[in-house]
Amino acid sequence: MIRRLNFAGLVLALLTVVAAVAWAFPLVWAILTTVAPEADGTPLDGLAVYANALFGTPIGLWYLNSLVTSGTVTLVVIAISAAAGYAISQLEFWGRKALWYLILASFMIPVQALIVNHFLLMNSWKLINSWAGVILPQLIAPIAVIVYKQFFDSVPKELSEAARVDGASHARLLWSIYLPVNWGVTAALAIIVFIGAWNAFLWPFLVVTKEPLMNVTVAIGQVEQYLGVGGLAAALLAGLPVALVYLVFQKKVTEAIMLSSGIKG
Amino acid sequence: MTTPLKKKLDNRAALPLVAPFVIVYAALFLYPTLQMLAMSLTDGQLILPGEWVGLSNYLKLFRDWRFGNSVANTAYFVALTVVPGTLLGLGFAMLVVRLKGFWQAVVLAVFFLPYILPVTTVTSIWTWFVYGPGQLVLPDRVLGRPPFVLPIAATITVWWTVGFNVLLFMAGLKNIPTELYEAARLDGAGRWMQFRAITWPLIWPVTALVLTIQLIMQIKVFDQVYLLVQGGRVDASMVLVQYIYTLAFQRNQGGYAATVAVALFVIVAAVSVLQFQLLRARK
Repeated sequence: MIRRLNFAGLVLALLTVVAAVAWAFPLVWAILTTVAPEADGTPLDGLAVYANALFGTPIGLWYLNSLVTSGTVTLVVIAISAAAGYAISQLEFWGRKALWYLILASFMIPVQALIVNHFLLMNSWKLINSWAGVILPQLIAPIAVIVYKQFFDSVPKELSEAARVDGASHARLLWSIYLPVNWGVTAALAIIVFIGAWNAFLWPFLVVTKEPLMNVTVAIGQVEQYLGVGGLAAALLAGLPVALVYLVFQKKVTEAIMLSSGIKG
Repeated sequence: MTTPLKKKLDNRAALPLVAPFVIVYAALFLYPTLQMLAMSLTDGQLILPGEWVGLSNYLKLFRDWRFGNSVANTAYFVALTVVPGTLLGLGFAMLVVRLKGFWQAVVLAVFFLPYILPVTTVTSIWTWFVYGPGQLVLPDRVLGRPPFVLPIAATITVWWTVGFNVLLFMAGLKNIPTELYEAARLDGAGRWMQFRAITWPLIWPVTALVLTIQLIMQIKVFDQVYLLVQGGRVDASMVLVQYIYTLAFQRNQGGYAATVAVALFVIVAAVSVLQFQLLRARK
């Protein structure tokens, strides 16, 4: 009996190793190809390949575009969602229910269906080929309000009542009690919104047609053609920041995924 | 207790808090949605508004083989990704939860890291990996055989997104009480019996959630399919969002593109409602 169990355990362990190696293989292969590259059988200098990808292309500029647009999307989404989530959770105001149902319903609407009209809107605001044009349509994030509302609902009333008696405003309560108590939620939401904006392809690809203004994830397609193996290096560099964010904040990223799919962590 | 006085005070306090969100929502969500509906009833170009044509764009959907083709391709892609991705996710999660500490973190990261990468990075890695240096899109010999394009895109998608499913399944597996397995083992149940009698039925709510999320996500596919065949023969593997893009930005048929967008919206909404009902019935 014990023998059989050990055998099964061994099979499962083996299966784990095989699955993990198979899954890691394409990425590991890509990294190895770029750090120890060959051209027609002659080895190249991997460092030179990366140096060329970094300094021989406008990738620095593309990083900046990605950083500015994703950072702004994150800040604005967090700010407007926390404020709206607080109001819906803590205040009785005209239209509260309607707003809440609208947010829940909007969850079903695919933003991909809106690309044509977002483009027209940005065109009429003269925002094609601009940071603002990349940012604005990405501010629609109903999930952030839903998550904030749920967490603010469960903040104990005693915490805010004392401050209320002292005459603190609602903005004050949000800033010095409700947000600090849910700091972990804000961090998780911020990380997931940032990763989502950094990785966004369809909208940034549509709204920017000038190379210097492109986000790095859209732009790397432009350099691969004339960089040889450096193109693959550039593709890996485009993913490096978010990969690092994940490896450093593994727990938070996991938590954020749970939150945004409706599983309270 | 809500007194009229409190209500009045709340209104004033709520206004500055909800106003930014409401303005953003009205301008960037409600307005474009309504405009999309209005536009779908016209024969407008992308920028130039057209004449009102009633429902004729909607009737055109039924005669347009490209639309039918893109719906069929999207359904094919969904079939190739949703169930395999979900089952692999469950399988990997069951392997990962058995591990502890450092090795669990390592193996989980191996499965999850691809999900964090941008789609362009993912498709670049795969086209180089499978078709050799400098190959950014699928080579002509593959594009010349259209039946292969979507299965390749689906394989890449499963590799890319399975980590998300693994995470959700791991959370679900951790919620199954270990006493159940101990009791089953005492009764002499083997591993397969334990899976059939305990794991599968208790993990079902998570399975249903993952299936729903995957289904809705994959109906909206564009990026990978576009990147794999860009500039090539796109018709054969055209998916729905790609058709909207092609109509609006390449053929300059804004009105009809909006109609297809409404169709996409209806399909996604219908699937959401249907799934929700199915899940409730199952419980």
